[in-house]
Amino acid sequence: MLRFALSRLLSTIPTLLLVSVAVFGLIRLIPGDPASLIMGDLADTAALEAARQAMGLDRPVPVQFAIWLGNALTGDLGTSIASNEPVLDLVLRRFSTSAWMVLIAVGIATLIAVPLGMLAAWKQNGALDLGIVAMSTLLVSIPTFWLGLMILLTFGLNLGWLPVIGYVAITTDTKAGLIYLIMPVLTLVLHEVGIIVRMARASTLDVLRLDYVTHARAKGLSEGAILRKHVARNAFGPTWTLLGLILGNLLGGVAVVETVFTIPGLGRLIVDAIYARDYPVIQGCLLFVAVIYMVVNLIVDLLYPIFDPRVTAQ
Amino acid sequence: MRRMRPNQVIGLTLIALVLAAALIGTFWTPFDPLRIDLRNKLAAPGLRNLLGTDEFGRDILSRLMAAAGTSTSISLITVSFAVCGGVTLGMIAGYARGAVDRAIMMVNDAMLSFPSMLLALALLSITGANKYGIILALGLAYTPGMVRVVRGAVLSLREREFIEASRIMGNSSGYTMLRHLLPNCLAPVIVLATTMFGSVLLTESALSFLGLGVPPPAPTWGNMLASARPHMSAAPWLGIFPGLCIALTLLGINLFGDAIRDRLDPRMRGL
Repeated sequence: MLRFALSRLLSTIPTLLLVSVAVFGLIRLIPGDPASLIMGDLADTAALEAARQAMGLDRPVPVQFAIWLGNALTGDLGTSIASNEPVLDLVLRRFSTSAWMVLIAVGIATLIAVPLGMLAAWKQNGALDLGIVAMSTLLVSIPTFWLGLMILLTFGLNLGWLPVIGYVAITTDTKAGLIYLIMPVLTLVLHEVGIIVRMARASTLDVLRLDYVTHARAKGLSEGAILRKHVARNAFGPTWTLLGLILGNLLGGVAVVETVFTIPGLGRLIVDAIYARDYPVIQGCLLFVAVIYMVVNLIVDLLYPIFDPRVTAQ
Repeated sequence: MRRMRPNQVIGLTLIALVLAAALIGTFWTPFDPLRIDLRNKLAAPGLRNLLGTDEFGRDILSRLMAAAGTSTSISLITVSFAVCGGVTLGMIAGYARGAVDRAIMMVNDAMLSFPSMLLALALLSITGANKYGIILALGLAYTPGMVRVVRGAVLSLREREFIEASRIMGNSSGYTMLRHLLPNCLAPVIVLATTMFGSVLLTESALSFLGLGVPPPAPTWGNMLASARPHMSAAPWLGIFPGLCIALTLLGINLFGDAIRDRLDPRMRGL
């Protein structure tokens, strides 16, 4: 187990390094001089030269990278051009907003979708299975931003049950915060349920075909006991891995839902930074999300042996 | 030939409808999708404008038809880009192995360690938000997944006897790859390309919705949804129809994709 954990941990280091090279390289690929990008078009030559020196642009590129990486490792991701705020503070504040929403949504979606997927697999090709598969295919096909708009139209505008605009952080006022989270979370849950059901069903079907399940049936175990004791844990493995990918992807893709419900989250920060050509923020967000994505997947992999101890032996 | 199952029929019908709308929309639309008619703005669906008009009095149906062409062509070009790039790089990596493989896969894995939407956003900040910027950004963002699949297929194929036979017969690497490897790794490529098409269409719509896609006034389903947001209570049809188009297209592709996977990927058959 320790060996497994260590080798998995070590395997992230090269990827981490590559990701940081990619993020550092991004600002170099943009046509033009980083100093003039940051100072704006109107800065005079002397100011530009000073900025170049301050940013270390007069030094060789590998040295620049080392300085940048060193700063990033100590938590200095630069300052936002637009708001003059340290990028790390900005990113962390926005991240906590998005993380609450995404974690609650994925948690609820898992609780609904995994039993549904297993049920569908157990009743393969029956009416219930067809219904669940049809529903999940439909849910996967509906874009979250449209689903969000329709939910907003129904519950916010037509029925008037929930506030249409505005946002209160869950950390400042739990009750109000939860009310503002209902619609975005509902949107995300519906979409993720579609994805997770398909995975849970497919992996349960794989397990149900194995010999040991036939054996369990042959020795007369009830179907319920087989599902609970023998199938559930094994079938959950692939879904568990998928959850890590979903969490990471949502952090990048949640911008559309945040736009629909005017939530000041991380996705919105990235999009606004791209509008404003606020390169330090773009860089900071990319690095941050890539690292989070990797950490989430690392945690998912490290916890995987709980469901399937065989992976540690490989 | 097996009988088509109902979900395949629904999938194919939906795709055919969208493609027909896109094709007709490039040559003819009931009204000019860009013509502004302020006297007739926010008109409800009716006999004159079947699906109503938007905040500038532009005909929604015409705009949806024009947008179908934009969205499907962007997705098609992007997927072709990813397929060409992915197949070339994946075959080279899998066939050459060694240092070439390691170099290609190192860059590939770094790109795969970003969520795809984020990678597309990052690349968009370089390429710029316009039609060609989107194609380039999405094409680059989706290539690594294709590289990985093709390389995997080639790695297992290259040890097979018929590839060895081709080498022993003195065929060049290029010939062996094109004549013997390529046709044999087409199945996973087609399966992935189908799901990729849906995913690209969705991402393109999402980017347009965020204002980072094809710039207005040119209509896309995504930017039509974005401009519908302020008018949702007065004119809900503005927001309903473009989203319905995206959802039905994706539904068609998902059903069709499942059917294709069942046929081409024997391992998944019957699931």
